This record gives sequence, C-alpha cells and structure tokens, in this order.
Amino acid sequence: MPYKSSVPLFWRLKDAKYSLVGTKCITCNQVFFPPADFCPQCRRKGKIEKFQFSGNGEVVSYTVIRVAPEGFEKYVPYVVAIIQLDEGTRISGQIIGDINKVEIEKRVKSVFRRITEDNDQGLIHYGIKFEIVD
Amino acid sequence: MVIGIVGYGAYVPKYRITIDEIAKVWGQDAQALRKGLLVEEKSVPAMDEDTITISVEAARNALLRAGIDPIKIGALYIGSESHPYAVKSSGTIVAQALGLSTNLMVADFEFACKAGTAAMQCCYGLVKAGEIEYGLAIGADTSQGRPGDALEYTAGAGGAAYIIGKDPLAELEGTFSYTTDTTDFWRRDGEKYPSHGARFSGHPGYFTHVLSASKGLMKKLSLKVEDFDYVVLHMPNGKFPTNACKLLGFPLEKLETSLVVKRMGNCYSGSSPVGLSAVLDVAKPGNRILMTSYGSGAGSDSFSFLVTDKILERQNKAPTTENYISKKENIDYGNYVKFRGKLKL
Ligand SMILES: [Zn+2]
Repeated sequence: MPYKSSVPLFWRLKDAKYSLVGTKCITCNQVFFPPADFCPQCRRKGKIEKFQFSGNGEVVSYTVIRVAPEGFEKYVPYVVAIIQLDEGTRISGQIIGDINKVEIEKRVKSVFRRITEDNDQGLIHYGIKFEIVD
Repeated sequence: MVIGIVGYGAYVPKYRITIDEIAKVWGQDAQALRKGLLVEEKSVPAMDEDTITISVEAARNALLRAGIDPIKIGALYIGSESHPYAVKSSGTIVAQALGLSTNLMVADFEFACKAGTAAMQCCYGLVKAGEIEYGLAIGADTSQGRPGDALEYTAGAGGAAYIIGKDPLAELEGTFSYTTDTTDFWRRDGEKYPSHGARFSGHPGYFTHVLSASKGLMKKLSLKVEDFDYVVLHMPNGKFPTNACKLLGFPLEKLETSLVVKRMGNCYSGSSPVGLSAVLDVAKPGNRILMTSYGSGAGSDSFSFLVTDKILERQNKAPTTENYISKKENIDYGNYVKFRGKLKL
C-alpha cells in the first residue's frame, strides 16, 4: 500500500508527485513519467535530465470509480483517466469535478490537490490531479 | 530603491452556495440576510482543496506574472487560520510544489484574518534590508462556520499570493499597523469552529482598527483621500467595508472593484489580498491603492501601493481574479455538507 503512511517512500517521490517533474533523454528526446534514470532506447548512449511537464494534455481513456479503495471513499463517484501529456508520455490520474464532463479527447490541465489522508491523525498526501479545460 | 509587488495571483475554488440555499435549511429570512450582509453567495472548496492547495495555485499565478526564476525567492510566509496541520508547516509543502530553493526562510503565520498582510510586511522588510531578493507572501483560508451560525453564511475559501521585490508592478510606498487586545472572535486550539462576540465584533473591533490603521498610514505618508484611486478593506461581509469606506470619506466607487465578498464570501486571511488582486487586474500605471486588512484579536495592517508601467505587461500573464469568481458551479446544502466534511462517514 504505497499511500498508507510510507513516509520515506512518499518523501522520495515528492518532486514527481507535487509538480510533474519527470526526466528526458536528451539523446533521443524521449520523456519519462514517472521519472526514469535509464533510456531503454539509447541504453548506455542515453543522457537523462530532469524535465518539467506543463501539465497540459488530453484524455485518452477513463473509467468512473464508484467503489473506491481505502482512503478514497469520500470522493465517489470520481474519474480516473489515462492522460496523453503534450510533451509526449502518458500518465494516469484522477480528473476532478463533474464526471459527466469527462470525454475522450477532451483537453485537461493539472491542478494541485489533496490525494488522500491516512486518517485524522495521519499524513495528508498532496499531488497532481487533472481538470477538464472548457 | 523601489520595492513592491513584482507578481501577484489569486485563486478561488469554483463551487458556490447561495445565502438563500443556506437560509432555507435553517428557516431564516434570506432576503434580510442578503441585505444585511451584502453577500449573495460564498465560495466552497472541493473536498481535496485546503489552504495548501489554494496557496500553490495562487503562487503559481504570481510566479507567472513575476516571470522570475523561483530559485531567487528567499522567503515564504503563509498567513492562514486553517493550516491543515497544527504542527508541520504549510510552507514546506508549498515551497516543494513550487520548486523553490531549499535555502529558504519559511514560517506559517497566524493572526485571524490579517496573517496574509503580516506576511507581506515581513517580505517587504527583508527585501528592503537586502537580506533576500524576493519574498513570497500568501494569505489563504478555507474558513468554517458552525452549521446554523451566522458565520456559516459568509465563511468562504480562497487566497492570493504576492511576490515582493525590486522592479515592481506596484510600488509599496509604506505600511502602518494598529494593534490592541480586543477579543471579538476566537478559536481555542483543537476546536473545529470559531466563537465570536456577535455584534461586539463591529465597533471596538473592525471599525476602530480599520479606521485607525488607514488614517495612520495616510498621515505617515502625507496622503489624502483624494490621492487614492482604489480602496481595499477586509471583507467579513459587504456591509462592514462599505461603512468603513464611508467613514474614511472615500466615495463608494473607489471600493466597488475590490468588493469581491458579494460573490465569494469572506476568505479570511485571503480576503483583502484577493480584493487587492481584483484591483491590480484592472489598475493602470499611476493609480494609487489603499489596502487595510483586519484580524480579530485584534489588528489592522494598512498599505499604500503606487501602480507602475510594469503592470501592463504582467496583468495578462495569468488568470484574473474575475476569471476565478465568474467560473463557478452552484451546489446545494447537501453537497456543501459533504464537501466541507461536516458529514462523518
Ligand atoms: Zn534516449
């Protein structure tokens, strides 16, 4: 359970989770999210750098969650989608707001939100979600 | 050395609940409330929004307008009375999300509704002393009123962020504060909802402090009512700033642009900062703005800003305050209760 009070794991991933920082291979221009430290195409010729994604993209596919996993119960119904980021990779994420507004090919932008809370005494986890751009 | 606002940005959650919708549930006279408070509806944060998320969104807009490298920011102070953690600074999370330097001064400020303007004063002082190049000051809140309490009609959510430094879009000409021990509104540690002295909040609290700070500032800077084009006052409702504006001798037209409370309620530490961002969105070079906050307990911080030519190239680099206020979705009391966590699962 990655979200349940794994303080060190959460801490290591905070750049990626908070602000869509991934990596880019400057040899072949491929971008990676979550960040990769090795380019599978260029292998040893690859040169990896930090890369800031804009957060803009498009819905490729989505599903409506009506029975949520632990920690997400209060958000139902909500949408989890696969987003094609403009810079060239796909990531999955929650789309906020009215579930009826979500359609394939709709434009989205990233927003900074609470993702989940362990419980009243535990940590609050923050990160990126997406919003449909009207 | 000219110091002032280099970049600014607001954020207001998109959900609204009307006074009528709340009054219906509690069997109160909506028309009388709307007239008495001069508020039509208030903003409601989504379940996954809080002071930290609002601060991040507002600060990203401020960075877009400032056009500076975030690494150059040397201090981050967030004023709020709804910091998500009692112990664990909101600023640490906001700084990380914005990609600020680790060589950064950070603290969370509290002084009822004026902690955001106190943060602006600290950044101004540090820049003026040459300790930092830029400071980021934020006022944000997701205010809560006890269900059925008078505060429930106005307690809204929102915030604004200000980057203070050189080469400003609005020069900070001076600041003046007025503080006394006046207990009109309070919340004990660990309590979810605040308590207040009802009507007592008006005269010895709001009016005495707002008027004293505003007059003190004008005297300090040798400025008169006629020298200002816009007035921004803390907005617990629409009525208080309107009356304070009259008492200070300003025509109400100078207040109108900043009176965002009518359509979004009182966002506490974010209230006068969001009012100021609404003015900066439409201000022209040469305009002078008076801003006075108010925090219960009690104190007021007053500022004079002189808008520079830089405003024209920066106004459109991020969404305006009006963009956020007009892009809204109204919800009913049932969803409001769900969104605000007043429902225990
Ligand atoms: Zn490569």
